[in-house]
Amino acid sequence: MKYICPGTMHSSNWIGMMHGHHGLRGAGQTIAAVFSAIESGFFQKLFTSSTNIFSPQSAPAHEIFRLSIFVLLVTGGIWITVTGLLLFVVVRYRQKPGDDEHEPAQIYGSKQIELAWTVIPILIVVVLFLSTVRVIFYIQHAPEPKQALNVSVIGHRFWWEFRYPGYGVVTANEMHVPVSSDRSHPLPTYLKLATADVNHSFWVPRLNGKTDLFAGQVNDMWIEPEKTGLYLGQCAQFCGVQHAKMLIRVYADTPAEFQKWIAGQEKPAAQDPAVAEGRAVFEQNACINCHAVKGTVAKGRFGPDLTHLMSRDTIAAGAMLNTRENLERWIKDPDAYKPGCLMPAMHLSDKDVDEITSYLVTLH
Amino acid sequence: MADSIPLSGAIDLTPRHKQPRLYLEVMHDWIVTTDHKKIGLMYIAAALLFMLVGGVEVLLMRVQLARPESTFLSPEKYNQLLTLHGTTMIFFVAMPVMFGFANYLVPLMIGARDMAFPRLNAFSFWIFFFGALLLYYSLIGGEGLYGGSGVPDVGWFAYAPLTERPFSMGRGSDYWALGIFISGIGSIGTALNIVVTTISMRCKGMRLNRMPLLVWLMFVTSIMVLGALPPLSAAQIMLLIDRYLGAHFFDAQAGGSAVLWAHFFWIFGHPEVYILVLPAFGFANEIIPVFSRKAIFGYPAMVAATVGIGFISFTVWAHHMFTVGMGAAANTAFVLSTMIIAVPTGIKIFNWLATMWGGKIRFTVAMMFCTAFIFQFTLAGLTGIMLAVAPFDWQLHNSYFVVAHFHYVIVGGILFCLFAAFYYWFPKMTGRRMNRTLGRWHFWLFVLGFHMTFDCMHIPGLLGMPREIYTYEPGHHWGVWNMIVTIGAFIQAIAVIIFVVNLVRSHFKGKPAGNDPWDAWTLEWATTSPPPTYNFADEPMVRSRRPLWDLKHPEDPDWKYESHAENEMAAQ
Repeated sequence: MKYICPGTMHSSNWIGMMHGHHGLRGAGQTIAAVFSAIESGFFQKLFTSSTNIFSPQSAPAHEIFRLSIFVLLVTGGIWITVTGLLLFVVVRYRQKPGDDEHEPAQIYGSKQIELAWTVIPILIVVVLFLSTVRVIFYIQHAPEPKQALNVSVIGHRFWWEFRYPGYGVVTANEMHVPVSSDRSHPLPTYLKLATADVNHSFWVPRLNGKTDLFAGQVNDMWIEPEKTGLYLGQCAQFCGVQHAKMLIRVYADTPAEFQKWIAGQEKPAAQDPAVAEGRAVFEQNACINCHAVKGTVAKGRFGPDLTHLMSRDTIAAGAMLNTRENLERWIKDPDAYKPGCLMPAMHLSDKDVDEITSYLVTLH
Repeated sequence: MADSIPLSGAIDLTPRHKQPRLYLEVMHDWIVTTDHKKIGLMYIAAALLFMLVGGVEVLLMRVQLARPESTFLSPEKYNQLLTLHGTTMIFFVAMPVMFGFANYLVPLMIGARDMAFPRLNAFSFWIFFFGALLLYYSLIGGEGLYGGSGVPDVGWFAYAPLTERPFSMGRGSDYWALGIFISGIGSIGTALNIVVTTISMRCKGMRLNRMPLLVWLMFVTSIMVLGALPPLSAAQIMLLIDRYLGAHFFDAQAGGSAVLWAHFFWIFGHPEVYILVLPAFGFANEIIPVFSRKAIFGYPAMVAATVGIGFISFTVWAHHMFTVGMGAAANTAFVLSTMIIAVPTGIKIFNWLATMWGGKIRFTVAMMFCTAFIFQFTLAGLTGIMLAVAPFDWQLHNSYFVVAHFHYVIVGGILFCLFAAFYYWFPKMTGRRMNRTLGRWHFWLFVLGFHMTFDCMHIPGLLGMPREIYTYEPGHHWGVWNMIVTIGAFIQAIAVIIFVVNLVRSHFKGKPAGNDPWDAWTLEWATTSPPPTYNFADEPMVRSRRPLWDLKHPEDPDWKYESHAENEMAAQ
């Protein structure tokens, strides 16, 4: 079985992203210079990931990134100071073979020095606190522009449901949003996050930090991808046996592509008479208790909506590529690919599985 | 008051039993004992046993994670090991081992003949031990209903509603809640005992401002246990009522609140970190001065910082919850309280450095561990500041960066101090020294393994790897880092085996230590090694923080300086 992960689809090196940012540019460039020196092929690969928090591609992620670099510089300074002192003390004051037997001078404390290393840390804390507060309010209190897209994200064990309330579109695991490449006309996407069962957490590192889908409450967050392409993430709050394979794919499309995608999703399901038998098997089995296909008797909501199944690249919440062979294997024995997942094997005959699959692959 | 301190007369010279005895008699002795030293040693032995168990659990997990898409463990098994490892290491290793040392050392250091409530002490140990056994009984206790897991598999913080009946149908969550609840009774008993002992059992002259810092830290820790553990116990009872009597405390779908569990858990969980780290600081506070040959720098500031940490630690819990959807104002408040706690912690680090400054540092194995502790704990504190920055935490929370951070605290900070404590007090407890060569092998291998594991563990977190996942895809480039982490874990395991071998071997074959092998200054070194039952024949009397220094240096005793400082304070 093949997993899907586009890896370096974008330049997602954490250093590369530091060029051309406002604020802290000098510090960023210095670090970038240091790193680019050691950044030969091997190192580049080690620090490159499609889910790198240090290669932001979205306004809130940029803000977090800039704050993070500032905090890293401050803490780095403290670290060098303390470690330097420790090294000095260890080397300078270690007992040497020729030392006399006398005890060293006993010093019990010093009010001035102790006051200094109380007050200076307090000042550092004030600076860190104020810069943190600014970013908290920038991200949590960002006013929602009129043109923003709204998406409801519903966490399920172990997959994601995405509902587009403005369009009546329902899909699973793969969210499409418009890219926001024009700064004068931002196109952010505002997410309402809720869960159908236990707690989950929505985390696509390059678009924003994570926000939990906590049982009994609705949370908000927003993303604003700047470049088209695929952004990966996954559930970040332990939700049970298949927590590890609850993957998220966010596709940032050009506005035109996005409208085209929406138009496709708004259509009712394809009805191909050639696969009527497969459809009959699907509708006469328990499949429809959990899955919905718009315009048919299948109205279940426990599992992913299959109306436009074939418009998605993956199945099983990103665990497998969406191909006919994989679909067939998955229907036969989901547990073999995602042990503990909630979709049962229906113990269908090979012929029935074949027919259902034939039906499903027409759902474009 | 003359300079003649009746310390030498304090040693009980009652002859010890020398006749060979039946193993059964020895065992009976240990089981019915109310001697604080024996109970302390049993605490320590039980903790070491569970440390080996928790260590094997994590090695299995690390094999699974060493490579992407590994099938070494099933997801069910992995999640069980994950829960057992976290629960075991916190509740059945870290806490009991600290209680063990507190039990052993606090009465000796304050010149008492035993704890205030010896029988409560024995009860506390045994109830803790049976609570821990109850959790492990889940391994053989059967699966419960509907093939649900019989072994806890909900993570060590067991967030609701995952622990509620519909999502946790087996008995696992019951074992988790009951095992910890029952052992928690023991923790509360021992904490109460330490508080009362410290308040009421001090010897003549042992005023609060003359107590050894270790005793101060154990005292503050115990008060914190009394404050922090009841919320967890209450929440566990509520969870069991939910599961067995159909209540809905944490069942959001029926009007309960899942976030309430998170608050309950972390109002316990964060003070718990300091409950573990303060005793470790206590060890460092005793060991660093003795091997630097200097008095601790800034004793009053150290006490104040400890009490400050104790109070502030109860105000920071929701920094574990920056992502649950609190408002900006609540997030801001917890950022502030969390950052403030860095100040007293920083004071401690600077005071240790100042203690070493100008000293003649003897790098015994204990001091090597303490030095590495300062280095690593500083780093752990700094990654803690990063996590306190809420927006940074929105990225780092529940990632491997967090796992690396808290292991840096618990292993790099606490465990290093604990190893130092073993090397330092082993001669007192057994009368024999630990082997130095094996000790050095232990130290250097452990340092190497520790840094391979926990330095490298930060990186996959920054590259987007969430915690508590049983496998991952190859495309994220998390694999190389995880492989290094796993190799480091095995190196640490080898180091721990060397340590255990050293413990056992030295117990039988170590060089005799004498009463005071380190030329130290606190009261436990005034009695024999190991100390006799009831420690001191006559009540000792002290006039300063370092009674044995006064005895060894009558020309320059501490009490002269201390009374001078007090007069100065009074004059102001």
